Amino acid sequence: MSTADVTEQRPSTLRSASLPKWSPWAIAAGSIVVAVGIGAGAGLDSKVQWGLIAALLFIFGTFAVAAKVEGKRQAKDRVVTALVWVAFLLALIPLVSLIWTTVKRGVKVLDPYFLTHSMGIVSDSEPGGGIYHAIIGSLEQVGLATAIGAPVGVLTAVYLVEYGRGGLAKAVTFFVDVMTGIPSIVAGLFILSLMLMFDMQPFGFAGSLALAILMMPVVVRSTEEMLKLVPNELREASLALGVPKWRTILKVVLPTSIGGITTGIMLAIARIAGETAPILLLVWGNSFINNNPFSGAQQALPLYIYQQYANSSGSTAAYDRAWAASLTLIAFVMILNLVARGIARWKAPKTGR
Amino acid sequence: MDISTKTTDASPPTPAAVGKHGAARTKSRPGDRVFLGLSRGSGILLLVIMAAIAVFLTYRASLAISKDHGNFLTTFEWNTNLIPPTFGIAVLAFGTVVSSVIAMALAVPVAVAIALFLTHYAPRRLSGPVAYVIDLLAAVPSIVYGLWGALILVPHMNGLFGWLNHYFGWTGIFSWDGGAPRSMLTVGILLAIMILPIITNVSREVFRQVPQMHEEAALALGATRWEVIRMAVLPFGRSGVISASMLGLGRALGETMAVATVLSPDFDIHASLLNPGGGTFAQNIASKFGEATQDGRDALIASGLILFVITLLVNGAARAIIARRKEYSGANA
Amino acid sequence: MAKRIDVSGLTAYYGSHKAIEDISMTVEPRSVTAFIGPSGCGKSTFLRTLNRMHEVTPGGRVEGKVLLDDEDLYGAGVDPVSVRREVGMVFQRPNPFPTMSIFDNVAAGLRLNGNYKKSQLNDIVEKSLKGANLWNEVKDRLNKPGSGLSGGQQQRLCIARAIAVEPKVLLMDEPCSALDPISTLAIEDLIGELKERFTIVIVTHNMQQAARVSDRTAFFNLSAVGQPGRLIEIDDTERIFSNPSVQATEDYISGRFG
Repeated sequence: MSTADVTEQRPSTLRSASLPKWSPWAIAAGSIVVAVGIGAGAGLDSKVQWGLIAALLFIFGTFAVAAKVEGKRQAKDRVVTALVWVAFLLALIPLVSLIWTTVKRGVKVLDPYFLTHSMGIVSDSEPGGGIYHAIIGSLEQVGLATAIGAPVGVLTAVYLVEYGRGGLAKAVTFFVDVMTGIPSIVAGLFILSLMLMFDMQPFGFAGSLALAILMMPVVVRSTEEMLKLVPNELREASLALGVPKWRTILKVVLPTSIGGITTGIMLAIARIAGETAPILLLVWGNSFINNNPFSGAQQALPLYIYQQYANSSGSTAAYDRAWAASLTLIAFVMILNLVARGIARWKAPKTGR
Repeated sequence: MDISTKTTDASPPTPAAVGKHGAARTKSRPGDRVFLGLSRGSGILLLVIMAAIAVFLTYRASLAISKDHGNFLTTFEWNTNLIPPTFGIAVLAFGTVVSSVIAMALAVPVAVAIALFLTHYAPRRLSGPVAYVIDLLAAVPSIVYGLWGALILVPHMNGLFGWLNHYFGWTGIFSWDGGAPRSMLTVGILLAIMILPIITNVSREVFRQVPQMHEEAALALGATRWEVIRMAVLPFGRSGVISASMLGLGRALGETMAVATVLSPDFDIHASLLNPGGGTFAQNIASKFGEATQDGRDALIASGLILFVITLLVNGAARAIIARRKEYSGANA
Repeated sequence: MAKRIDVSGLTAYYGSHKAIEDISMTVEPRSVTAFIGPSGCGKSTFLRTLNRMHEVTPGGRVEGKVLLDDEDLYGAGVDPVSVRREVGMVFQRPNPFPTMSIFDNVAAGLRLNGNYKKSQLNDIVEKSLKGANLWNEVKDRLNKPGSGLSGGQQQRLCIARAIAVEPKVLLMDEPCSALDPISTLAIEDLIGELKERFTIVIVTHNMQQAARVSDRTAFFNLSAVGQPGRLIEIDDTERIFSNPSVQATEDYISGRFG
């Protein structure tokens, strides 16, 4: 059979019936119109339900149309595309709502007064008061936790990468993995059991210890990754010059990876700054300003949010304060994240020529 | 080559130091010993902390359990102020598992879909910023999810609950008596929303690492986009997605505040996921802690120990899967 | 069933960068055409435009015509997926699907295209593996993973996978560059056999290989780094290697540059 014959018998093997480029949009628009019709007709008051109906119509509509025109394989492909888009848009709803609500409700009472005053004697259901005491508490607790957790984490990573061989290093690696998975409330319970042992009252530093435990494995992991990126040639170059190992680490290895290490530490800070459970168990919360983290109950931003929500029995003023504190906390965490990424990009080892 | 210049710059002090350390050179250098000591000490400190967590929690738990009048594993009660105290973790274990299972069932498929969307479907102008935002959402503190869940999500659940009750109420699982929708299902949904960014992020990384050549192999066989994903992307990413899910599961199991704000707890196991009630380990600790006496705290610590063990098992499983994947990809290199 | 390829005025871009410019040539059915030229001259890019794999690369686009027996691959309404069914490809590095067995790798393309009975699949897989001279080496371990084979065997597995779907044209992008000399020889022998059934286009860095396996040879070059690659000449292999009509070709072949 000559090739010419084939071409004549089957005019085209490359071309198959296919839907025009705009068809997904058309099906989507059609689904929305029909869903609005059904929703309005059946008197469904939730717009979310309208959306779900539209999504279902879109998926089934896509399959029906594509299967009819293009065949089963293409239809499957199009349905998956539709599913993936729908999943994305669906997931966007709660996440956008979360950010939107926090910003919208948060700005209501968020002003300089709110940031610079404590709750003091303002009762939970009254308007007024602020989060100054919580900010102070959070900064002190997180600061102390970082002062403990970051050096221990970095040094452990140095040990694992630069010295670590044998059983001890393996054990540490394994338990760092295990430690990463500790729920924050368990870390809190551990410190609590120590405090019960010595019959101690709650104070800020106890919270710091729990936060430090949560922070260490995160710092170890990220620092380890960064140290592994430092090329061995650099270490050898330095050692070959007669520089002792510890100075090689301090002067060559750590400076090379300092950007990545800082980023890792900042991301870890962002994570522990939002922890509520250990603070609830160990620091208790306080309406007044307590500048001393080593004595007496303190407040912290996440715990403040929880208490404004939980202890206020539905007072709008308390909810407003909870949202404003949430916005402050998110802003703090986001800024840390953004700065950390900035540092990572700025200090990134230049690769390629 | 900027760095090697730095190295040479750093070297001038060393010749001077050689004289000073000349004697020490044959022995071990004090600086080296101090530095090694510090870093090894940090590693050992981590091990000590882990051991201490296990020892102290077990010790306090044993104090509590020895006083427990009920059966620690099966009693449906948490009355630590009774004399003798009576408490058991059955309800908490059930609630923790149920809420986490709901969260996983909802979050994993959606997260995988979004990860695929970002790596294989979305236009590049969209996928970059979206990936970035999802990254940031993974860092939003859980208390904020809790506040949003309690004040925004819960009121929006009424419609869904009514619908579920109307059509599936006969199953018992979805029957609803019309109370506030502060139930296990709401908790599961909130947890799903919370762990979604985490699972999405890790899965996205895994999908991005699928070697281009495997995708091209499928394309060259005349595969559609979905067939490329099924043949090359999903098999390659499977173990990565599983370990991402385990990571999310670990978060869901240990989550305290998001559950404590949304759930209206009681100490019973209910067939219906829609009616309020039940509890989880972490939530129970947070809500009972305030009024707990010394014995009560020990009892809570005992329940925390169980949570600790459960999360260890989940994490261990995740590590095992990742380790297997490493061997596997090594064989292919 | 082999088909002829007619390329006219083909230009390919990566974003705004022009990778190859204004290429026209004819590839005869049931023959082996080799593409040679210095690195970066665009011969692999050109190869990938012949089954629309070029546009898989972000920013990749093409102007011009590629006719497969009088039908333009880039014509309106042409489905790239169908194009790749007709024009198969073997890559530089062997890329069997790592999670699939040897059997499943060969059957992968068939399973996409509808329902084959188990016995039909068995027959086609056996035929394809025999066609790729691999059958005797793997017939006892068809259910073992394809990644357990040696590099040369993996590459022949990839060839078996490509020919199992009976394409009209087989593109090979430096198929031997990752292989040792003995495996290379096995693949070259195989190419000689496959040209009875397929139109074969092979990109190679190895001029001896081009001289050994191909009927016709096309020489690509670029005037300077950053400039688009161009087709310098295409002729019978014998002629290209003995008496090329362009000086640049002779310089390249005799090793005076490149």
